[in-house]
Amino acid sequence: MDLSPGSALIAQAHRVDLTWNTAIVWALWLVVGFVGIFPGIVAYMVWLERKAAGRFQDRVGPNRVGPFGLLQPIADAVKLIVKENIVPRHADGLLHLLAPVLVLVSAFLSLAVVPFAVGLMPIDPPSGLLYLIAVSSISPLGIFLAGWSSRNKYSLIGAMRAVAQLVSYEIPQVLATIPVVLWAGSLSLATIFEHQARFGWNVFAPPGLLAFAIFAIAGAAEVNRAPFDIPEAESEIIAGYHTEYAGMRFGLFFLAEYLGVFVIACVTTVLFLGGGMPLPFSPFPTNLIDGSIRRYVLVDAILLAVFLFKVLLFVLAMYWVRATLPRLRVDRLMNFAWKYLVPLCLLDILLAALWFEIVVRPGRVSAGRWTAGMVVTGLLVWASVRFVFWVNRKLAAAGPIDADWPVVGAAREGVETDEGGGIIAREVGTTWPGLYSS
Amino acid sequence: MVAYNYVFVGLLLLTAVGFALAPLALVALVAPRKPSPTKGDAYECGVRARGDAWVRFRIQYYVYAIMFVVFDVETVFLYPWAAAYGALGVFALVEMTVFLALLFAGLAYAWAKGVMRWT
Repeated sequence: MDLSPGSALIAQAHRVDLTWNTAIVWALWLVVGFVGIFPGIVAYMVWLERKAAGRFQDRVGPNRVGPFGLLQPIADAVKLIVKENIVPRHADGLLHLLAPVLVLVSAFLSLAVVPFAVGLMPIDPPSGLLYLIAVSSISPLGIFLAGWSSRNKYSLIGAMRAVAQLVSYEIPQVLATIPVVLWAGSLSLATIFEHQARFGWNVFAPPGLLAFAIFAIAGAAEVNRAPFDIPEAESEIIAGYHTEYAGMRFGLFFLAEYLGVFVIACVTTVLFLGGGMPLPFSPFPTNLIDGSIRRYVLVDAILLAVFLFKVLLFVLAMYWVRATLPRLRVDRLMNFAWKYLVPLCLLDILLAALWFEIVVRPGRVSAGRWTAGMVVTGLLVWASVRFVFWVNRKLAAAGPIDADWPVVGAAREGVETDEGGGIIAREVGTTWPGLYSS
Repeated sequence: MVAYNYVFVGLLLLTAVGFALAPLALVALVAPRKPSPTKGDAYECGVRARGDAWVRFRIQYYVYAIMFVVFDVETVFLYPWAAAYGALGVFALVEMTVFLALLFAGLAYAWAKGVMRWT
């Protein structure tokens, strides 16, 4: 049995015989993972979000089914299964079925390259990050199919918004991973993880911190989480692209959304937060590996526990953001990606190269170089953030953003605007034939 | 063994599709099925839907898609540069600065042309 290169790399360095590791991990993933672990993770993420959202709103959250409402996800699953599957008469049946499957498959495929621990990663292709980006780009396609095939105006608006948003935020998300690749010198997630064992977590370098912030923001947008949830804004367009989905097909979208949150949290943890490493500048616990299988399993257990703890913190932060921030307007949402995040990413790549020259190229961390790197790139990162915001403020002052939206300006001055749905009609750029004439 | 990795991706793909289709099959077995003309209508505010949803849509979204394609291709070019940067040295950084400036010029042009204004 052959080995996946990444875990082999780390294991060979410590002379552990991993002949059976790959087979065991694959079997674990495909059987135990799909039967219990992934659905379980998603189910209890939903429970956690409902509990957390309840607390944020001074409620208790679900507490009727089982102790602390812990059986609520199971009750929900049973309900979804016994609900009638309603497909609109005019919908495109095949695409309507295919859409949720595509979105869910995309989320599952992204999980394949995540190194949960040294040996607990089913594959580590040399182009792991590229693979990750490629498979996560399948989900906009599924979302668009959902909105289009439903043949519902709200679904279509939701799908259009979703695709424009997902492709817009994919650019800063991808650009924010470039510093990490540059420092590790590889696209393999295992190598990126190893690099952080030697040079500290990427988030502790100033360009890494900026990249982390951009990646987290763009990641929240990629999975349609608040404040970037305009594709399914219930106060404007019913439920967006999944308006026409009922029962289990809606359940699949729901599952995919939470799995997407989990994937983003995992990827952020690997790229910026040092994976399963409990201490920022120490290779612990990977230095405990001494060749015996028992030690190896112990190390993997420590790494996995720390990894999942970090993922949990990140997920809770996303829930917190959702409970705090209101939804953005569609034009501001798109422009935030293009006018703020993309220029910042481009500057950050140059600063990352500077950090590489100062700290990483000499081969190991020395206190003097590290301090110099922190001061120099830290100041430059601060300056570039200030610069990008300053330029945007100047440009926005030259042409007020609301000037694009006379309806908003008129409403602000108390003028009666056109018929209801005016804003939506402006966004769509058309009024549906016969929609307003009776 | 690079090809080996994709055997797992193939297996995972099959399992994931199966995982998605299994509950749908279960639904087909146990869930009630009572279609009615009203239920089969598009759900738009609860009244009878007027007009077709499949219409020509605003150009704005298309423009964003074009910008995405341009930037995405350039990003794919950035990856090999970033991965090989350690071996390339400072001259590669200068070259990439020029490339990023060109990239930014494209964004600035689109910006100045008002692509990002929703009028």
